[in-house]
Amino acid sequence: MNLRAIPLSAWVGFVGIAVALICALFAPFIAPFGESQVVGDIWLPGGGDYLLGTDNLGRDLLSRLIYGARTTIFVALAATVISFSLGMLLSFTAAVTGGFIDQLFSRFNDLMMAIPTLIFALVVLAVLPQHLWILILVMAVLDSTRVFRIGRAVALDVAVMEFVEAARLRGEGTGWIIFREILPNTLSPLLAEFGLRFAFSILFLSTLSFLGLGIQPPAADWGGMVKDNKDGIIFGINAALIPGGAIAALAICVNLVVDWLMKRTSSLKGGRGDA
Amino acid sequence: MAALGPENGPAPTSETLAAGTTQPQAAAVAGSGVIATMNTGLVDAGFWRRFVRRRPMAALILQRLGLSVGLLFAVSLMIFGGVEALPGDFATTYLGQSATPQAVENIRKDLGLDRPVTERYFSWLGHALQGDFGTSWASRNSVSEQIGKRLGNSLFLAFFAALISVPLAICLGMLAVQFRNRLPDKIINVVSLAAISLPEFFVGYILIVFFAVKWGVATFPATVYDSMGFMERLSAIALPVATLVLVVLAHMMRMTRAAILNVMSSAYVETAELKGLGAFRIIARHAAPNAVAPVINVVALNLAYLVVGVVVVEVVFVYPGMGQYMVDAVTVRDMPVVQACGLIFAAFYIFLNMAADILAIMANPRLRHPR
Repeated sequence: MNLRAIPLSAWVGFVGIAVALICALFAPFIAPFGESQVVGDIWLPGGGDYLLGTDNLGRDLLSRLIYGARTTIFVALAATVISFSLGMLLSFTAAVTGGFIDQLFSRFNDLMMAIPTLIFALVVLAVLPQHLWILILVMAVLDSTRVFRIGRAVALDVAVMEFVEAARLRGEGTGWIIFREILPNTLSPLLAEFGLRFAFSILFLSTLSFLGLGIQPPAADWGGMVKDNKDGIIFGINAALIPGGAIAALAICVNLVVDWLMKRTSSLKGGRGDA
Repeated sequence: MAALGPENGPAPTSETLAAGTTQPQAAAVAGSGVIATMNTGLVDAGFWRRFVRRRPMAALILQRLGLSVGLLFAVSLMIFGGVEALPGDFATTYLGQSATPQAVENIRKDLGLDRPVTERYFSWLGHALQGDFGTSWASRNSVSEQIGKRLGNSLFLAFFAALISVPLAICLGMLAVQFRNRLPDKIINVVSLAAISLPEFFVGYILIVFFAVKWGVATFPATVYDSMGFMERLSAIALPVATLVLVVLAHMMRMTRAAILNVMSSAYVETAELKGLGAFRIIARHAAPNAVAPVINVVALNLAYLVVGVVVVEVVFVYPGMGQYMVDAVTVRDMPVVQACGLIFAAFYIFLNMAADILAIMANPRLRHPR
């Protein structure tokens, strides 16, 4: 691949994602203070010892931002990976098997998608106990409905190809056809989708945390930090805007990369190149 | 098909969009077989077949309506049944450490949780259909009464957001198509991509910081009460509406642009171009009639997305609407309120998706005239 062919916007995206990942991986080494260590007065302005100031309990905002990257990215990534595995497995099974299984999965998926994601999550999280893995699973299952629809559409195109037919005639099982024939041939269109879903997961997790239903304190995460500091806004303290900006920046970076990936795959298909 | 929710993930691409907008028709045709067989069970088979042949549009619309009612029923079952099946118990959460078996038993009996599930479901659904959602566990108030007050507020907010965002999105989308791949289009593209990536609450707080705190031109929090005049109300909801507009606008505009571009890159538009027709004439006479259906679809889908946006925006602006009510209820696990709000939100969502489907069917001339 030619590095020069990558547009500037995609580079910006890559750099942003890299910074966030480094923060997430090496949080304890980069952060100047501990995750929930109270270092000073509440809502100190930025500059000096505390680069971004302190939050509503007097914790260093920069340190929490760096630790927050860890939680936010880990949970969003875990949810996206699980939702992809689940969605792709089910959608490929539906596309390959067809018939009753396909109808059953698809209609159930329609039913799941008939309820707005956030509303569904609110109803489910109202009942379930608050654990991190439950949060990840709820996000993953809700997101997998979207993956299922796209995965099924893509897999249906591939499932009628000659090489799949040949594999069937050779007597290969459904598992082989799914993992050895269909998966490798659908991976590139689904890669862009993975990016989209990841960006969506970050936003969704932040929204849930902001509503107080996501990651529970004292663990730092970006959506929760906005919630913690939102009362300062009326007094002209902008501590809530910093984590909010971090969420937005990361989501924009992911979208920039996805945008480039999509353009690349769509330009391979020909057409007038308008869209 | 009513499940054709907006991909509330960011950046719908022209590809997925093209699939999304053409799907209603395709699925309507494909799905008609399934639903027809379903309906024949209920209605006389011969009559239904004749009806489909004579009035294909009316038949399709009737199917959509039936499907939506069925879907809503299934959703109610899911909201109620799911809540029952999942672990976690209000009584134990409510009592916390002091949950002796006897106390838990008393609370369960008090709330009617000791009756069988099916009996409770049907009495809940029966009452819900008559507009009675029972009493809140936490505050012991009537849920319907609260919803009655708050639903109006939420709809007021969503209505004005839609009123501003729909024409704006369509104009901007057409502008982007007109200048495609030139500077205005690129600016619109980058800005809308950024706007899609912004969480609703971030947009809200940015607006608060600038308009309410720094310049003092708007009010925060957006409190409304009964004795408020219409103009006062309008000025109170200015910021929440602006937030909703910004959130929905980007999605709607990108999808509109993709939908119109999809039409503009078709063969007959190219023919018109090669014939030497002017740009305006091509858009007005050749492209617009064919773009109406997908654009209507886009608008309806994004209005459905407003349903979700309202929840977050209400929390940000401390606005007394349904979303605020539901989030509060979720934090204290007040199930009757959560179920009622969930059902109402889902009903609006399903209804708007159905409207999108039906409008797309009506805008498709191929379905209007029987062959």
